[in-house]
Amino acid sequence: MKYLGIEPQKPKIAVFDFTSCEGCELQLLNKEETLADFLNAVEIVSFREASSSSSDNYDIALIEGAVSRNDEVKRLEKIRKNAKVLVALGSCACFGGVNRLKNEFDLKSANKEVYGNDPKETINVRPVKDIVPVDIEIPGCPVSKAEVESLICHVVWDSPFQPPVYPVCVECKQRFTTCLFEKGQMCLGPITRAGCNAPCPAGGQGCWGCRGPAVEPNYDSFFAIVKEKGFADIELREKLNFFGAFQEVIIS
Amino acid sequence: MLFKTIKKQDFFDFYFPDFQCIGPKKVGTNNNGKPIYQFLPFSSFDEIDLDYETTEYSAKTYFLPYKETLSSFSFEDNDWTQEINYSSNPRLIIGLHPCDINGLVKLDKVFEKTLFPNPYYITRRQNTFVVGIDCKQPCDRGFCSSVGSNTVTHGFDLFLTDIGDRYFVKIGSDRAFNALQKIKTRDITKNDNELYLQARNKFDDGVEKTVRVENLPNLLDIEFESDVWGKWGDKCLSCGTCAMVCPTCYCYGVTEHISMDFNKSDKIKQLYSCNLNDFAQVAGGHNFRPEPATRLKYRYYHQHRGFVESFGQPLCVGCNRCGRACLAGINPTDVISDLQREQKR
Repeated sequence: MKYLGIEPQKPKIAVFDFTSCEGCELQLLNKEETLADFLNAVEIVSFREASSSSSDNYDIALIEGAVSRNDEVKRLEKIRKNAKVLVALGSCACFGGVNRLKNEFDLKSANKEVYGNDPKETINVRPVKDIVPVDIEIPGCPVSKAEVESLICHVVWDSPFQPPVYPVCVECKQRFTTCLFEKGQMCLGPITRAGCNAPCPAGGQGCWGCRGPAVEPNYDSFFAIVKEKGFADIELREKLNFFGAFQEVIIS
Repeated sequence: MLFKTIKKQDFFDFYFPDFQCIGPKKVGTNNNGKPIYQFLPFSSFDEIDLDYETTEYSAKTYFLPYKETLSSFSFEDNDWTQEINYSSNPRLIIGLHPCDINGLVKLDKVFEKTLFPNPYYITRRQNTFVVGIDCKQPCDRGFCSSVGSNTVTHGFDLFLTDIGDRYFVKIGSDRAFNALQKIKTRDITKNDNELYLQARNKFDDGVEKTVRVENLPNLLDIEFESDVWGKWGDKCLSCGTCAMVCPTCYCYGVTEHISMDFNKSDKIKQLYSCNLNDFAQVAGGHNFRPEPATRLKYRYYHQHRGFVESFGQPLCVGCNRCGRACLAGINPTDVISDLQREQKR
């Protein structure tokens, strides 16, 4: 469609997977009610899960996954050179994700634990921004497709791309979820960035912070509350560490 | 005011075809075994419990939804059209306590009886049949009597007080009078009046004034730079929970959402909270209230100073939902008492 006589540009999009479960890529193909419109709004030039075509000519690179091998570093650097906009897609790309737990262990013994006598080349897990500059981050495990759509609108129309700055609590309240602390569970909701629509607390599972910190979270107050409610330090630390998103406050 | 009494079981014959019915439903228990209630849709009266102590959330969202579409724009042939929809389906909300009805009366002042009436609010308000009920017991740290919200004289269609096997009923509107023609009512007797006053007195004796707010607007002005704000601000998680559960907080933000086919755009209003980090952030990125303490302070200023100057009464109805919901343990009576102690020092 044209708006005020302007024909929208179709951004050329390429999707790349690094160390990840590829669930965020699947999310790109979810939300069927707008999937046809989504695919119509962009030109997908490279997306292994959805298309057999492959090209180095793209505007936007969506990077899923963290970096955990040396060849991934080189591949990422090449993508950065080709892309006008590089997007870190999902918690692994943004923070290292669950893979980052490996960094807590000795690499050799971790390798042996997983691959036995057939070790693979591996390095410490790093988020995309540790290797190349990232233009936009869309955190989440998995990402919210609505947020990806908002990014496309941003690229095509220059409309603001504004993930919420506030914590998950707002979204729990907006869907009438009873606070999980009220039910004796720990929840990282008060320090975690909203935008997911708080599905985990609504399902009875406290937030583990896959979307990373809200803007200026009050860690001191939150940690004091967790302690006062009787949760062990180790439990807090495990949750903060799970997606690798809270490295700024992890107390080892 | 017109009074009647209705036998409890007769009241439950009250039937509103085609109305969505909302009432206090038990949704679970907390860690200490205490029941948790929420105002939720029901289809039969046995799903709700009118003897509930308090609800976790106020019923505000049925009048001011957390999210609502203000208008939609459609683009076609180099032109655009705007669509605005004010309509709302008829609704019955039963079981609102005096604090919640007083909350609605305050929202009426802001959205209905004002220079710029808000048609979205007015439609919902007018299409909602409100049945209130007196509390049986004071709720945890509620301070309704301190802010004059423990009794209610208007803003409802029917208001019930439990007087044993009957409800003492105040009729607050023509439509309520008409609706009552369909069920069995009885004119009040001298004994009914006595039972009503006894029930009221019993409740009022249980709610002491816990905080004096008469001179609060002036005190707040004097204590603008008090350390008390820092003390509570340091605890504040800036999570917005207080405003979300509050029956009267009505501040909001508006954002545009472009549809994925690029043919439509929605202007969406979302209730916001003055405690959230970017509440006072403006174009260019400057934030007028970057510290949690400042944001917390302005919430109290709006509730207990600004609103008093405009309307002669605080915006707060003393339900203490914010205090109970706050993980950091910030509750209005403590904050206000702290400020008052500051004065005496």
